[in-house]
Amino acid sequence: MELNGAQIVVQSLIDEGVEYIFGYPGGAVLHLYDAIFQQKELKHILVRHEQGATHAADAYARATGKAGVVLVTSGPGATNAITGIATAYMDSIPMVVISGQVPSPVIGSDAFQEVDMIGISRPCVKHNFLVKDVTKIAETMKKAFHVAMTGRPGPVVIDVPKDITDPRIKVPYKYPRKVTMRSYNPAVLGHKGQIKKAVELLLSAQRPMIYSGGGVILGEASDELTEMTRLLGYPITNTLMGLGAFPATDPQFVGMLGMHGTYEANMGMHESDVLLAVGARFDDRVTGKLAEFCPHARIIHIDVDPASISKTVRVDVPIVGQVKPVLEHMIELIKDSKTKPSKKALEAWWEQIDKWRSIKCLEYDRNSPLIKPQYVIEQLYEVTKGNAYVTSDVGQHQMYAAQYYHFDKPRRWINSGGLGTMGFGLPAAIGVKLAFPDADVACVTGEASIQMCIQELSTALQYKTPVKIVNLNNRYMGMVRQWQEFSYESRYSHSYMDTIPDFVKLAEAYGHVGMYIDKPEDVRPALEEAFAMKDRTVFMDIITDRTENVYPMIESGKGHHDMKLRVALGTPTDRELA
Amino acid sequence: MRHIISILIENESGALSRVAGLFSARGYNIESLTVAPTEDESLSRMTIVTCGSEEIIEQITKQLNKLIDVVKLIDLAGAPHVERELMLLKVKTTDQDRGEIKRIADIFRGRIIDVTSTTYVIEMTGPSDKLDAFIDALDKEKIIEVVRSGPTGISRGEKGLHL
Repeated sequence: MELNGAQIVVQSLIDEGVEYIFGYPGGAVLHLYDAIFQQKELKHILVRHEQGATHAADAYARATGKAGVVLVTSGPGATNAITGIATAYMDSIPMVVISGQVPSPVIGSDAFQEVDMIGISRPCVKHNFLVKDVTKIAETMKKAFHVAMTGRPGPVVIDVPKDITDPRIKVPYKYPRKVTMRSYNPAVLGHKGQIKKAVELLLSAQRPMIYSGGGVILGEASDELTEMTRLLGYPITNTLMGLGAFPATDPQFVGMLGMHGTYEANMGMHESDVLLAVGARFDDRVTGKLAEFCPHARIIHIDVDPASISKTVRVDVPIVGQVKPVLEHMIELIKDSKTKPSKKALEAWWEQIDKWRSIKCLEYDRNSPLIKPQYVIEQLYEVTKGNAYVTSDVGQHQMYAAQYYHFDKPRRWINSGGLGTMGFGLPAAIGVKLAFPDADVACVTGEASIQMCIQELSTALQYKTPVKIVNLNNRYMGMVRQWQEFSYESRYSHSYMDTIPDFVKLAEAYGHVGMYIDKPEDVRPALEEAFAMKDRTVFMDIITDRTENVYPMIESGKGHHDMKLRVALGTPTDRELA
Repeated sequence: MRHIISILIENESGALSRVAGLFSARGYNIESLTVAPTEDESLSRMTIVTCGSEEIIEQITKQLNKLIDVVKLIDLAGAPHVERELMLLKVKTTDQDRGEIKRIADIFRGRIIDVTSTTYVIEMTGPSDKLDAFIDALDKEKIIEVVRSGPTGISRGEKGLHL
C-alpha cells in the first residue's frame, strides 16, 4: 500500500488501535488534518487550547491504561502542550504527542511558528523523535508507542516537519507489528534472590507497613497487591497517586499518607519496622523530612525504574521489575513459606493503629451553617455510590477529594499528583467521559483552578461529554491561603481574586446547566439532580466555608510523627495514645 | 570522588544534548566531556568525568542508563583502566629560552608540532595530572593558549565496552 506521510501518521494510529486523538490544527499540521478529514476510524476531538488536549489525552490514558494521543501544530501549539506533557511525565502516564514542525529546509531559520520542540520538550518527555524521512514515520510511530507504554511509562513526542507529510510524496506503508531497540530493554521480572529476601524480611516484621503508589495502578497490579495484603493481614497506605490500588473501604487500609495523609498512616510509617514500598517513588510530599523518615524500618522497594530506587531514601532490599510479576512471585513464596506473620506482634500492632485511628483525624465541624468542602465530597461519594471517575484540579479540593472519596477501584482517581497542574480537572473529565460514556464522571475543582482551562466547557458541549463539575468555591486559592495562614501570619498575598465570574451564567453561556448552592441542606439534592441529568454537563458552583483548612498536615521540613491536626481535636499526647 | 563514565550512545542528532541536559537539569557536575563516533558508525562513545558522593554517582549512572539513546555504560573508576588526555599548548619563545622549553617538553614526552620565530605549539598526551605538571613547569607569562581534550579512557584486560 502506498501512502503519503500524513496518511501514514493517521494509518499508523489506526493500526496501533488508537480511538481518539485530541488536538488543534495549525499551519504545520494541515496535511495531517487533511488526512484525518478523509477517514472515519480515528476520531479527532477538537479542544479549545492545546493544554486541554494534553490533559484530556492524559486522563484518557489514566482511566483506560491505553496511551493518550495528541496532535498539535508547531510553535505556540507545541509550547501550549508542554504543561500537559510535563504533567504526564511527572506521573508516568503513557502519551504520544505528535507536533507539527516547520518544513525541514527552514528548520533553524526562525521561521514562522518555529520552536525547537525537541529541545523544549526534552526534559519532560521519556523520549522524543524528530522524523526526518517519510519512510521512517511508521517505524517511529511504533517506537513511540513502545517506549510510552513499556517500562516506566511516560510521554513521547514525535516532531513532524511539514514537508515529511507532503501529500504528493507517497511511499510503501507497512505498520511494524513489533519493534526492538537495542538501547531500550526495560526490566520485567525481579531478581529471584531479592524477592526471596524481601519475603523473608516481610514475614519477620513486628510492625509492618505496606506503602503503595501509582506504579501499582500503572502496572495493573491492584489485584495482586490486594491479595498479598489480605494474605499478610498487614496495614496498607496509598500515596495520592496510588489511591484505588487497594480498596479504601477495606479495614486494612489506613488512608493516604504524606503531607495530608491520615494520622494513622503517617504514624504507622514512622513506627514501622519493615516497610514495603510498591511502585512508589518516595516523593517529598510523601516522605516529609528525609532524615526522620521511617527511622526504625528496614525498607523493601519494588519499582520498574532502577533510578527510582535509593534516589532519596536508601533502601535495604531493592527489587527492579514490573510490579505485577514481582507481587505474583511474592504471593507464591508467602503461601509456600513455613514462617507465618507473628500473630501476637500483629495484634499488638493493629491495637496501636486503632488507637491512632480513634483520633478520627479527618473529622470536621458537621454543625456549621456554612457548607464544608469535606461534606460535599462525602455527599458526592454517596450519591455516586463510590463508583464515579473523579478528576480533580490542584489545591485544597484535590486533597478533600483524596481524603473523603473512598476509591475502591484503580484508575478511578484522576489527578495531577507530581506536577500539580491547575487546569487539569475539566479536560481530564472530558477525556475520561469519552473513554467511559456510561460512567459518572465528576470534576472536583475550585474557582481558581477551573478558570485555568474553563474554555474546555465548549469542547464538552461539542462532543456531548456530560461531566459534573463540583466547584468548591471558597473565593480563595485555598491551599495558598492555608500556607499563608500557617507560615506567613495570614498575609493573604494575592491568594484571592476580586472578581470571580458568575459560574452559573458562564455554564449557561457555554450551553450547559449551572447551579448555585450555598446552603448545606441543598448540597445533596443538587448533586442528585445533577447526576440524574445524564445527558447534560452540570456546573455546580458550591459556596463553601472560606476559612476551612486541610488537615492533618505535615508542614514542609517536618517528619511523619510531627503532624498538625485540626485544633478541635487537640494535639494527642503520647500518654493518650500509648 | 572523581569518576570516569564511559557511554556507548546512539549516534543520532540530539544525543549529546540529552546527556548534557540531564546533567544540568539534575544539578550534577561535569568536569569534562568528550564524544566521537566509534568503529561502528551508528554508535558514539562518550566519556564524562564527573565527581560526587557514591549516592550521586549511582543516580548519575542510573539516570544516564535511563536515557533511551544510551546503549551501554560503565564507570571506569570502578576497575583497572588507563586514561589519557590530549593537550595542545602554545608558548611564546625567545632565542634565549627556546632550548630550555624544548628540554622541559622532552622530559614530559611532549612534541613540538609548530614553530614560528616567536612561538612553539607543543602536543602532549597523558593522564591529566601530568599535563597539569607540565603547565606548572612552564613560566605562566609565556603561555599564550592551552587546549585540552578532557580525559578519555579504556579498561584494562580483555573486557571492553561494546555491544
